[in-house]
Amino acid sequence: MEETSLQKDSVEHSAATPTRREVYEAEVRRRSNRIALISVVSVTLAIFVLVPLAPGWEAVQRSFFNGRVFAETFPGLLEAFLMNVMIFAWSAPLIAITGLVIALCRDTRAPALFPLRLFGIAYTDIFRGLPVVLVIYIIGFGVPGLGLPRPWNSPYIWGTLALVLVYSAYVAEVIRSGIDSIHQSQRSAAASLGLSDQDTMRYVVLPQAIRNVVPANMNLFIALQKDVALLSFIGPVEIFRQAGVYKSLYANFTPYVGAALIFLALTIPATRYADYLMNKQNRART
Amino acid sequence: MTAKLSLRMVRKRFDDHEVCKGIDLDVAEGEMVCLIGASGSGKSTLLRCMNLLEPIDDGEIWLDGKDISEPGLDPQPVRQQIGIVFQSYNLFPHMTAAENVMLAPRRVHGLSREDLRPKVTQLFTRFGLGDRMEHYPDQLSGGQQQRVAIIRALAMEPQIMLFDEITSALDPELVGEVLDVLRDLRKQGMTMVLATHEMGFARELANKVCFLDAGRILEQGPPEVLFSQPREPRTKAFLSRVL
Ligand SMILES: Nc1ncnc2c1ncn2[C@@H]1O[C@H](COP(=O)(O)OP(=O)(O)OP(=O)(O)O)[C@@H](O)[C@H]1O
Ligand SMILES: [Mg+2]
Repeated sequence: MEETSLQKDSVEHSAATPTRREVYEAEVRRRSNRIALISVVSVTLAIFVLVPLAPGWEAVQRSFFNGRVFAETFPGLLEAFLMNVMIFAWSAPLIAITGLVIALCRDTRAPALFPLRLFGIAYTDIFRGLPVVLVIYIIGFGVPGLGLPRPWNSPYIWGTLALVLVYSAYVAEVIRSGIDSIHQSQRSAAASLGLSDQDTMRYVVLPQAIRNVVPANMNLFIALQKDVALLSFIGPVEIFRQAGVYKSLYANFTPYVGAALIFLALTIPATRYADYLMNKQNRART
Repeated sequence: MTAKLSLRMVRKRFDDHEVCKGIDLDVAEGEMVCLIGASGSGKSTLLRCMNLLEPIDDGEIWLDGKDISEPGLDPQPVRQQIGIVFQSYNLFPHMTAAENVMLAPRRVHGLSREDLRPKVTQLFTRFGLGDRMEHYPDQLSGGQQQRVAIIRALAMEPQIMLFDEITSALDPELVGEVLDVLRDLRKQGMTMVLATHEMGFARELANKVCFLDAGRILEQGPPEVLFSQPREPRTKAFLSRVL
């Protein structure tokens, strides 16, 4: 109560005549903005002027920044990107659910459930300890190699499963850190009301834990969006592979630049948003 | 006289550190017992043992003539009969005040929100929070949060209420509103055990005051006796520091 009224006072005050300090701070702010602007402009100019002076620039420009190739391949790349989006769209929920289940396995305390706990530990240790691309190779080539009938021999399915396995191990660890971050006193309070352990987890601990780790998980899903491109090694024609096809067709690297732009258009806003959430949470905590 | 709650030679140890060194205590129905003592003397631990949040290492705890401290006994039914309120409120921050209060009755007694609504509304109104039911804990003052915590415990209709220094995290001007709640409960005949530093309040309302010192009840008696004619030198020393 007191605080808000104080704040209101100072706002009203600054609306009238600025104090000496406010005048000074406004001046400092203007000056630093001016300096920032000048340095950004001069660095950009330097890049645009100096880079083209490099001896190999002509060649690089032709093979990486070719306008004609860009225009002709970009729509095809966008279309191939739909495959990435699709793989992402059906693996993300699977990852979230598997990650949650594994996290809960690791958190079981009952002795009868000890095997579950052991499984959770082994799962996270193994899949966090392997390079993603290796798991994709082993599962994406290995399982279809068993000679399963269609459609179960599709590397598309098994490659995606590999992503689910690896990423759910990371998500499980993040959720578990969220569970650990909930203070013991919350469990005490729930227990003192006669709530069972399961209800305590479900209604008291998990909702808070998951909320705390939303930004961390968002970063994982941004990484996943990029790693979908790794499936190109085992078959599915997603954007990276499509770019490779175009590269051979046009004998030009511009399609890779196009693919990079498409990734950035998605990941930059998502990363900014995750950072924003993270900052907001940090501020709320202090 | 058969007590509502009896502790017999209760011992509690954390690793090598014995916090309760054989506590004997009787709480009669409708009685208010205050635990006083220096920081670290074991007041909180004793209260947490009473509703089985901490398992005791030795001794017995009897509730209504039943030994509730038997190892392996399911603690949940006991905890439903003995409510506790903590110094730091421990409300669930992701739920509104009303949801905080309704969670346990819903899950434990299987009641619906509709069943609970009238009773819960009545409790909030009784403690001056009728217009705060849909607020989240961080939108409430410390005193309001602590009253919600008390309502949350009361909603389980416990037979005994334990209070662990429930006013010591509050700004001085908010202490009164929480103590008023205790007065109200006292009038209703609730059986209560309080760990407290509010000596004036203990003197005013307690039937019995126990002075805890290093894990033992060194001295106990009615407040008028214990506060004005303490027997033990350590009790005297403590009282002269806090009064
Ligand atoms: N979970 C625990 N693990 C280890 N030691 C503990 C634990 N809980 C309490 N203790 C120890 O037990 C002793 C008694 O603590 P307790 O909180 O019961 O004291 P208190 O009388 O309530 O003190 P205060 O007035 O500061 O709340 C302290 O020395 C404390 O460090
Ligand atoms: Mg304490």
